[in-house]
Amino acid sequence: MSKLSTVVDRRDAKLSMAHLYVGYVAVLIGAIAGLLQTFVRSGAITLPAGIGYYQLLTAHGILLALVFTTYFIVGFLYAGMSRTMGRFYDLPYRLGWLGFIIMTAGTVLTTIMVLLNEGTVLYTFYAPLKASPWFYIGLTLFIVGSWVAGFGMFRQYFIWRRVNKGKLSPLFSFMAIMTMVLWLVATLGVAVSVIFQFIPWSFGWVDTINVLLSRTLFWYFGHPLVYFWLLPAYIAWYVVIPKIIGGKIFSDSLARLSFVLFLLFSIPVGFHHQLLESGISPFWKYIQVVLTFMVIIPSLMTAFSLFAMFELSGREKGARGLFGWVKKLPWGDARFFAPFMGMLIFIPAGTGGIINASNQLNQMVHNTLWVTGHFHLTVASTVALTFFGISYWLIPHLTGRTLTKRMNLFANIQTILWTVGMFFMSGAMHTVGLFGAPRRTAYTTYGDHPDALGWIPYEVTMAVGGTILFIAVLLLMYIVVNLAFFAPKGVEEFPIGEVAEAAERTPAVLENWRLWIAVSACLILLAYTIPVIDMLEHSPPGSTGFKLW
Amino acid sequence: MKMHRSEIIWLTISFGMLLGFMLITGYQTFALGMGPPSNQETIDPQKVDQTAPFDNPGLKKVGEKEYEAVMTMQIFSFNPNEIEIPAGSTVHFTLTSKDVVHGFQVVGTNINAMVPPGYIQKISQKFDKPGEYLVLCNEYCGAGHQAMTMKIIVK
Ligand code: HEM
Ligand SMILES: [Cu+2]
Ligand SMILES: [Cu+2]
Repeated sequence: MSKLSTVVDRRDAKLSMAHLYVGYVAVLIGAIAGLLQTFVRSGAITLPAGIGYYQLLTAHGILLALVFTTYFIVGFLYAGMSRTMGRFYDLPYRLGWLGFIIMTAGTVLTTIMVLLNEGTVLYTFYAPLKASPWFYIGLTLFIVGSWVAGFGMFRQYFIWRRVNKGKLSPLFSFMAIMTMVLWLVATLGVAVSVIFQFIPWSFGWVDTINVLLSRTLFWYFGHPLVYFWLLPAYIAWYVVIPKIIGGKIFSDSLARLSFVLFLLFSIPVGFHHQLLESGISPFWKYIQVVLTFMVIIPSLMTAFSLFAMFELSGREKGARGLFGWVKKLPWGDARFFAPFMGMLIFIPAGTGGIINASNQLNQMVHNTLWVTGHFHLTVASTVALTFFGISYWLIPHLTGRTLTKRMNLFANIQTILWTVGMFFMSGAMHTVGLFGAPRRTAYTTYGDHPDALGWIPYEVTMAVGGTILFIAVLLLMYIVVNLAFFAPKGVEEFPIGEVAEAAERTPAVLENWRLWIAVSACLILLAYTIPVIDMLEHSPPGSTGFKLW
Repeated sequence: MKMHRSEIIWLTISFGMLLGFMLITGYQTFALGMGPPSNQETIDPQKVDQTAPFDNPGLKKVGEKEYEAVMTMQIFSFNPNEIEIPAGSTVHFTLTSKDVVHGFQVVGTNINAMVPPGYIQKISQKFDKPGEYLVLCNEYCGAGHQAMTMKIIVK
């Protein structure tokens, strides 16, 4: 094989960029909705005729949590695989475009249904609220499209392994495949629910739906979904950041091991979103709580690896003392600074997650604004800031331009604005959530109840934070457009770290997919078989659909 | 696979803490009965009004300072929409939904439970402090979700 180019092939770059464009358009529209939400909730405005608060919230959830994340991830992984394994072969390349087209058709269809107010069921679409069948069909297409994109990556990886017999796959590509395997296994749950429950029911082919089963299938998907967001950020932290800071990857095998653990433990844990639900026994809830705690381990390993890598590279540059290496980090480099703020925010974010998952402690926070505050730290800060940080070099790399000093400065300001805005918005959400303010609720004082009146100052703080965040989004859009269309031509590096020499050889078992998928399946069966059989055997008569908006 | 010694220490300490959390929550759940609301009884969601005890919702005294509150939840209200009890009473709530999924949350207490249609949910709470407790639905249930509220008056 010819020597690998360090620049992503032009053709692959276009495919990747197509995904990023859609992703960033989703960010802009989603952010407008988010800003309006904070204004409505604080009582500052009422929406102009026709638009409902819950319609906006549905759009916000779908555009940011599903569309932005998935498109960005697929685009990033395609680019990274092309960079580390070489130009995509024809079939996997075509699958990439086919996936893009199917996904986009689904996104457009679902968005139209939301705009027509035919799908105001929020992005979790809990039955028996019933949207138009086309809303669910759009979601199905979206998921199927992402599968096709995943098959493209699997195919590329498969061919590479055949051509490079006996060689260890590049770390980036291994991790990309792990992310897409996780996604495939996770989305099976929601696909089964949408195809066999929601679509026939919303068309009226069947009268009723099994509500608890649909919720269980949703959350079978809903938790690994958050790891699907997180793993690409971890890829950047493990593989890209070391190169940017002039260090080495701490350990290839531990990095791979942590990704294997994510596949194993991030799926059989969905009950931690259903802890307060009737119809599921406390025993099985608790089993899944324990499994949830297991999935914290690979994140702890990641935290260790990262800080070890920071310290080692700092010392190599001559840092002394316990914390001297902190000064050696490239704070002025947005490619480092944005993801680093994401890592930092993950400390309180992860702590909040442990609280949410702690069985009965969940009663304190479930469905309050605390939870909304929590995931604006996890996905909307840790993951989002890392994705923004990736974009600052990935977009110019793919469009044949460079990240200028000026854009780098703007990107650093963006990061600071985002962090400050989120501090206010998420901080207020966490606090007022503990006082009991519910999430997913339009402006209300509950008949001027003193408790609810006491929440308003916090909701105003949310609006202040939301405004700062919105300004940050506008700045982000400026940077993205500049990097995509106007920045000076040149070659921006696609940073890929090398493994530290001291690190030991990676055991081949880590790349044994059959083994890990089998173990993952066993854990899923262990966690779900009995409670789901229980659910089916003791299920109440089903529910008819309701359109209540 | 070799791990660095400090990594082993880091993982041992942090996982030790997690193990502690698990043991405490497990002990509270199974030994002290403090687990999250998980009642398993079912009901036909189309026939709530005809099914006991929901054919007669309301507050019933079941003992000294002990009450059962049988309540239905439907868009966008609770039935009954106000209950009154003396301070120091324990109330056992028996809840079900007549339509979509609702949430039952009493601000200022630990009461927080999901009430999906087809199931009877149960949760108990002792009300020591007098006051007007705000009860709200915390699961999106439609356009009037923010109006779904009731009061518990503790005298
Ligand atoms: C301009 C920045 C943003 C603002 C002002 C904002 C604001 C908000 C507000 C006020 C809510 C919900 C309130 C409620 O429950 O009633 C919300 C919900 C949500 N946000 Fe954001 N947000 C922003 C960015 C993001 C980003 C970047 C993401 C994800 C990548 C995100 C994901 C979500 C999700 C998943 C929900 C929950 C939707 C639901 O409950 O159905 N947000 N946001
Ligand atoms: Cu989860
Ligand atoms: Cu509600």
